[in-house]
Amino acid sequence: MPPLDLKDGSVEAGLDALDTPVNAPEGNLLRRIAARALPPIGAIVLGIVIWQVLWAAAFWPEFKLPAPIAVWNLIWELISTGKIFELFWTSVHRAVIGFAISLLIAVPLGLAIANIQVVRRGIGPLVSGLQSLPSVAWVPAAILWFGLNDSAIYWVVLLGAVPSIANGLVSGLDQVPPILPRVGKALGAGRIGGIRHILLPAALPGFLGGLKQGWAFSWRSLMAAELIATSPDLGEGLGQYLHNGMSLSDISMVFAGILLIFVVGVGIELLVFRPLENSVLKARGLTASAR
Amino acid sequence: MTATVEAARATTGNAVRPVRFHQVGKAFGTGKKSVVALEGVDLAVETGEFVCLLGASGCGKTTLLNLVAGLDQPTTGRIELGSSRPAVVFQEAALMPWLTAAGNVELPLRLAGVPKAQRRAKAAELLELVRLGGLGDKRPHELSGGMRQRVALARALASTTDNTGSGAGKPSLLLMDEPFSALDAITRDVLQGELLRIWQATGTAILFVTHDVREAVRLGRRVVLLSSRPGRVVREWEVAGLAGAAEAAAVEEINAELRKVISSHAAA
Repeated sequence: MPPLDLKDGSVEAGLDALDTPVNAPEGNLLRRIAARALPPIGAIVLGIVIWQVLWAAAFWPEFKLPAPIAVWNLIWELISTGKIFELFWTSVHRAVIGFAISLLIAVPLGLAIANIQVVRRGIGPLVSGLQSLPSVAWVPAAILWFGLNDSAIYWVVLLGAVPSIANGLVSGLDQVPPILPRVGKALGAGRIGGIRHILLPAALPGFLGGLKQGWAFSWRSLMAAELIATSPDLGEGLGQYLHNGMSLSDISMVFAGILLIFVVGVGIELLVFRPLENSVLKARGLTASAR
Repeated sequence: MTATVEAARATTGNAVRPVRFHQVGKAFGTGKKSVVALEGVDLAVETGEFVCLLGASGCGKTTLLNLVAGLDQPTTGRIELGSSRPAVVFQEAALMPWLTAAGNVELPLRLAGVPKAQRRAKAAELLELVRLGGLGDKRPHELSGGMRQRVALARALASTTDNTGSGAGKPSLLLMDEPFSALDAITRDVLQGELLRIWQATGTAILFVTHDVREAVRLGRRVVLLSSRPGRVVREWEVAGLAGAAEAAAVEEINAELRKVISSHAAA
């Protein structure tokens, strides 16, 4: 046996210092924000300029293509009268509640599909298939079953979001490296402990992808449902606002509606899901923010 | 050499052994297509002993460790486990990427329901033991391969030195499945030294699987050679305290035997 020349651990300390991965310095914060924010802002400005030019050239009559300023005036009016908050509140709270209920249904469903062979074979393909069925197809059935009320809308949202979230969880769980549950077992994890402390955290990145997609699906299902199922009892959300624009043949109102729906969908993704995903990936050394 | 063995055996006497194999066999599959991985393995590890299991690929070394770790069940024979739950270090560190180094070491304690303050203290102590004190907040991807394997070692030790539950008072057992084979030569050399130091500091019994004769002779007090397909115990050597020429001779002899085992497969 060679002598133990490690009493002071200096070789080891040297190795540690040399082997530790080094991260490149991240640079000026202001610059990074500018580099991130300028391209999309530029794209938006360019889009508005093209729109303005097309409108000024009068290729289409005014009732088909409104002036950007007319749409902006309409949006500003919504903001200044406070009506915009009512529209947002009606739609967003429905989407959030629908999303939350979807989560409660989709997580046990996903766990069952991923872990129980019979369930996977039985309803796995069904859930994947439902994901490709546009949930707006459920609107007529929902209205006939529930009538023109919130239940019908939630039903459509659920059928849009549950399959995506469940599928995201299943693919997240399927991608967990098999060594991790084995290590968990060797460390003394029981069935519940293994799911709670090993499987679920390991599946989190895939699950977050599913959540993001689930949100997108629940938002678009909600808008489809609001557009079709309009009634004074339902309160006015963004979908109804858009529908009203169509009824009034007011193209500015239609454009404003589309823009607002877009802004909310993208806003929630950017404000909630993107930071969540980035922090999860960054903690695991899978930096998406570097892209 | 034999004298020291007798002495060591005499002092332990009939005390509980961390693990003992009784004619253990393991086959995968059934009928004609079944593959026999292990056959009639008799082996015992004494309290605090460092045993190296040596063999070429396909000798069922990993299967054997899995049986001890309870990740698999033997087909025939039985395994008598006198230790607290055996700890396992795998070839890859397999740290949980979402936990910090300290979080990984705490994981087995968390699974065992140890209170938070106690967990923290234990994890800090174990990280200190593997010379990673102060790096507990690092994520696995911020550590080098050797450092990760040391965290894995500390985590394994955390799972075996839990003396609060049913493991109280029982000897501890550490299972290692070629833990250094994926590391570069210098790191491997340093970690072998570290492992000996930690073994002496903790007094845990170690069952160490390797295909590297030199590593087996350097680390083990006893080297057990397994044959391949099916795995059987071919021979054992006492290699405790060998140095210089004696160590080289032992490596030479074991190497020759290993080659013999391997070449016997060419004929078949």
